Amino acid sequence: MAQKTIAGQTVEVNDEGYMVDASQWNKEIAAELAKEDGIELTDKHYEVLEFLRDSNEKGVTLTIRRVGKSGIVDIKGLYKLFPGGPLKYSSKAAGIPKPASCV
Amino acid sequence: MATNNENPLKKVCIICAKGTIEDVYATLVMANGAVMEGIEAKVFFTFFGLDAITKKQMNKIKTATVGNPAMRAPGGLPFPSILGMLPGVEAGVSAMMKSQMYKLDIPPVDEFLEMITAGGGEIYACKLAMDMFKLEKEDLWDEVKDVLTVGDFYGMCGGEGTQIIFT
Repeated sequence: MAQKTIAGQTVEVNDEGYMVDASQWNKEIAAELAKEDGIELTDKHYEVLEFLRDSNEKGVTLTIRRVGKSGIVDIKGLYKLFPGGPLKYSSKAAGIPKPASCV
Repeated sequence: MATNNENPLKKVCIICAKGTIEDVYATLVMANGAVMEGIEAKVFFTFFGLDAITKKQMNKIKTATVGNPAMRAPGGLPFPSILGMLPGVEAGVSAMMKSQMYKLDIPPVDEFLEMITAGGGEIYACKLAMDMFKLEKEDLWDEVKDVLTVGDFYGMCGGEGTQIIFT
């Protein structure tokens, strides 16, 4: 476990750079985290992040299929928003744990 | 999770030659898992594996209830092969497996293939097996990219960080 200063705030992150405490999250932190993966966040990205955070809070296991059925973006769109890691990069930017699912 | 960052996997070429639920889903999960990690995936369906990309069969695949020693009844009770021979048992067991998978957000075959192609994965059919089973390109799922010879397929499997996987 390490501490890291992101967007002027000190947050706890794990070895892979995922935030440990989702409540420390804010939009500026999200933008910084996404930048680490080469992603520039737009409004659409934030809609996805909100959905992920919401699902995570409810204890839902996240899959790309579930995001694809959220009505926010389809799976193809999700790949476009977060190239190379639709679920892992979006979860990282959303400040939630890396989803432990194979789909 | 420790990962090897020196020689990362860049491409997987997956071959599916069997048409049971477990063989087809192993292929689909691995292919989808690859594209989700930013790894290129090319999937080659051949022999009975062609069922997974044949319009008429793709959502009707089954698991074998005969000759499958790992097959058990719910609760871990023995499942004698002779039961598996009864009409309807294979269909019932297969439906049950699919509903269990559905609960884990594992979709039907056609939707799973769509998820893979949405991520840039490519689906191919084997020419020899198609000739053998008298299948035409029109019989296949619309997003099958091409019908290939084995040589064509090997031609796509070059490059550093590439693995061929036979499920």
